Amino acid sequence: MTLALSAKDVAKKIEKKYQGCVAESAAENLLVKGESLLEVAAYLKDTPGLDFDYLTAVSGVDYLDCFEVVYHLTSIKHNHSLVLKARCYDRDNPVLPSVVGLWRTADFQEREIYDLLGISFTGHPNLKRIALWEGFEGHPLRKDFL
Amino acid sequence: MEIEEVYSSRELDRVEGKAVNELIARSQQVIPDPDKWLDEELERNVLLTSVDAVLNWARRTSMWPVVCFPACCAFEFITTEASRFDLSRFGMEIVRASPRQADLMITAGTLTWKMAPQVKRIYDQMAEPKWVIAMGACAISGGIFASSYSVVPGYNRIIPVDVYLPGCPPRPEALIHAIRMLHQKISRKSLISGGE
Repeated sequence: MTLALSAKDVAKKIEKKYQGCVAESAAENLLVKGESLLEVAAYLKDTPGLDFDYLTAVSGVDYLDCFEVVYHLTSIKHNHSLVLKARCYDRDNPVLPSVVGLWRTADFQEREIYDLLGISFTGHPNLKRIALWEGFEGHPLRKDFL
Repeated sequence: MEIEEVYSSRELDRVEGKAVNELIARSQQVIPDPDKWLDEELERNVLLTSVDAVLNWARRTSMWPVVCFPACCAFEFITTEASRFDLSRFGMEIVRASPRQADLMITAGTLTWKMAPQVKRIYDQMAEPKWVIAMGACAISGGIFASSYSVVPGYNRIIPVDVYLPGCPPRPEALIHAIRMLHQKISRKSLISGGE
């Protein structure tokens, strides 16, 4: 069974290297600030001992006061996992950096989140609708859709 | 002269008997055989029928369905195909991947608007005459997804439908019933009047 790493321990490691990046660390997940998502993600992927070489899933959540994007990270090398989160509060123009450069898995999943929740991922090589068609108005997974 | 004397019951019987015998005598001549000019081998192998009957028979007993199974109704169709229900009894065991070789579209499943142009194109590529069975609640009206932003509320929005088959999903017996109904519809078709 894959070991879920304590997010608090990982947060301490990150804080040592990048001051003020972590917004909140619960027992099971790690919430980072949107603008530092990319460097934290790169750190998690490339740091010996962490080596999160595999992105299991990316999903988006609408909490009405903010959007949250959840990254399920796994290290195949060490057989451990971590849940990384980032939020964006601007409802009219939610933006987060894309992690496609680190994990190719994110390509279609970020497109899906863009399609259904309307979050733009900067740096995505091909950010367009995936499930719905070009010209569809709105983002149907938003709580205020309809 | 009393009427009873001339037309006694016996006399009536005689008149009747004579009429019957005359009729028998007149109908003794051999009816000419219209196929007499044919040789024996040919005569045994020729059946006469109307063009409509033979055309409709040929059409309805070898309907090949095209592949159009976007969702879960497909499994009921697969069961109908398989040995227990054995769709080959109706001459339609071959499911065609190419719409150009198919006569029947069984729309087994929910259709999304994104998929709709492809289904329309498949239908357009099928050669005439062609028929459509709308299989299941989604195919008829969109089913439980009728009010969804992404689901076509019934195949009849994009292609003409011949038989509506309700159910979610319909059992194989129901699908066979729909196919039989379509057979009836086809057998009513006529080249001259165009049928119904």
